[in-house]
Amino acid sequence: MDNHEKKTPLLQTVELQKYFKLRGGSYLHAVDGINLTLNAGETLGVVGESGCGKSTLGRTILKLIQPTGGQILYDGKDITKYSNRQMHPLRREMQIIFQDPYSSIDPRKSVIEVIAEYMIIHKTYRNKNDAFKRAAELMDLVGLARRYTNSYPHELDGGRRQRIGIARALSLNPRFIVCDEPVSALDVSIQAQILNLLMDLQDRLDLAYMFVTHDLSVVKHISDSIMVMYLGRCVELAPSDELFLNPMHPYTKALLASIPEPDLERSRSKKLEIIRGEVTSPIDPKPGCRFAARCEYCTQRCSGSNPEFVETAPGHFVSCFLVNDK
Amino acid sequence: MIFNKKKKAVIPASFESRRDYDGPVLDIQNLRVIYKTDLETVEAINGIDLQIGRGKTFGLVGETGAGKTTTALSILRLLPSITGKILDGKILFNGENLLELSEPQMQAIRGNLISMVFQDPMSALNPVYTVDDQIGEAIRLHNPDYTGEEVENRVDEMLRLVGISPARKSEYPHQFSGGMKQRVVIAMALCCEPELLIADEPTTALDVTIQAQVLAMIRELRDRLGTAMLMITHDLGIVAQTCDDVGVMYAGEIVEAGTAEDVFLGSEHHPYTVGLFDSIPNLTSRAPRLKPIPGLMPDPTALPEGCVFAERCARCMDICRKEHPRVYQNGTHRICCHLYDAGVHEKAQQKEGGAPHGQS
Repeated sequence: MDNHEKKTPLLQTVELQKYFKLRGGSYLHAVDGINLTLNAGETLGVVGESGCGKSTLGRTILKLIQPTGGQILYDGKDITKYSNRQMHPLRREMQIIFQDPYSSIDPRKSVIEVIAEYMIIHKTYRNKNDAFKRAAELMDLVGLARRYTNSYPHELDGGRRQRIGIARALSLNPRFIVCDEPVSALDVSIQAQILNLLMDLQDRLDLAYMFVTHDLSVVKHISDSIMVMYLGRCVELAPSDELFLNPMHPYTKALLASIPEPDLERSRSKKLEIIRGEVTSPIDPKPGCRFAARCEYCTQRCSGSNPEFVETAPGHFVSCFLVNDK
Repeated sequence: MIFNKKKKAVIPASFESRRDYDGPVLDIQNLRVIYKTDLETVEAINGIDLQIGRGKTFGLVGETGAGKTTTALSILRLLPSITGKILDGKILFNGENLLELSEPQMQAIRGNLISMVFQDPMSALNPVYTVDDQIGEAIRLHNPDYTGEEVENRVDEMLRLVGISPARKSEYPHQFSGGMKQRVVIAMALCCEPELLIADEPTTALDVTIQAQVLAMIRELRDRLGTAMLMITHDLGIVAQTCDDVGVMYAGEIVEAGTAEDVFLGSEHHPYTVGLFDSIPNLTSRAPRLKPIPGLMPDPTALPEGCVFAERCARCMDICRKEHPRVYQNGTHRICCHLYDAGVHEKAQQKEGGAPHGQS
């Protein structure tokens, strides 16, 4: 990680915002001022509960959704205002693996056609045959047997379909991939196969991942650093091990305490700390800490103004008044 | 009123006399279930045995397609009537075989003595009826002599029990969040104080913090009401937190069963259980790679001869492909694997050396 620090990061966002306009003139603050940095070959995990804006963040960074404010810097270039035409060559470098391997693949195309589709669109090969040849190599790379070349997606199970999605994302030799919950639709034994595959590919091809998930154990396993999101904001950002050893924000603590661990002695002895209440509405949120309504340490100040994003240890950022005061 | 009032549900007389039956609440013996269509026959459950003691919680773990939900539906006799068939076995509830009861008798039992919490609260609730209508339905059906006021009081009581303000009872399901809907479903399931609660992945559709709330509530209610529970899940963490006994299901068979201590801390395990534990990323230590189980679950329309796990098993022997393993029993711990068959075991040890490693 250290030798990358002086270089330009592969991806950087500055106060990135995405608001969705609703009927009646109110705004849903899906992503609200996110600053993140990702270096080549590294993995940033983004965790949070459903509705916290983690998927929107991934899609906004890829400019599949136009951001409302802030900047996206890719390889030093500001791509925030890029048109679709300008984005087109960049799409080769920035790819996405979707959550649901059932709905993200065209059911009327055979496996090889699905994988070759992007190469044909981007004209990376002079003719279709070369693209198919490359697609077959990609099938080997992701561990799909060649006998499925002409199968249709419905003939395959979830794990194999997810491999198609991965092969397709790799087909244009990207440098950066947004993995949007790529394993949450899969069973644990298959999930482990896919996670190993993603990590092997990263080592081999020097890929940078932004790994969006709600599963903390998965994110810990695969990430170099982890960003915890709550209602469109980043509440804590830290290197993976640091976050699990020393969580600072009350929400992160509660999130870690909520995971049922498959360990009998620990789970029987662990005191259950449950945070009360549910996620509040992201529509025109009140100023102040977004977690205030559920936080047991909430003070008057928390609902008045926004806590700053402060670095408490090298690389460990927290947005909480409690921590900032120390 | 949702239900037809004329149909009066009657619990078979024999059940009343069994109120103080002291055997296990549920005793499934050699259950076999198939789904048969014109094209193929799916062998969903192939001879499982399972006992749940009074007030105990049994965790049934396994991956998609292992037959967990089919087990639950068989107990309630809710299998799809055209395709689903129970071929063999007994499901003894308080000693009475549920498979021999008539449909009206089953109706009197469902939701009353045995009830179920479904996986997806969004689809388990009827969107066009208010919440108190839906909770009240079960109460009215099983207590026909209750007055309207008594039913309302009971609904309020149930809502308070699951942590929802009774003031919200005349709202519709869409006005509640996912976690709240699941609470409503749990209130429906518990309103007649069942002796057995079947929870089919009750928290899979929920976020972790909400999952923690719902699990804590389920545990508290279970302890307070003394309900026995069949907890169906794919999450070993939930099993560790809530269950007394555990069964690991694979391709329609319970390959390993025992107390939670046996399965989590025991020294001997079915290779599938070992694989399942190794597949989960560990929160406390960081291994560079996971150890997944290679391959996929066998096709239930063409199950292999011999052990169902043989194809994916790292310790597969010749005999595993030919002969179905017998159950090896050690106290409360049951493992269905040739590795523990006395004669075969010696040979295996010579070949591979050592006992299987337990999970950490």
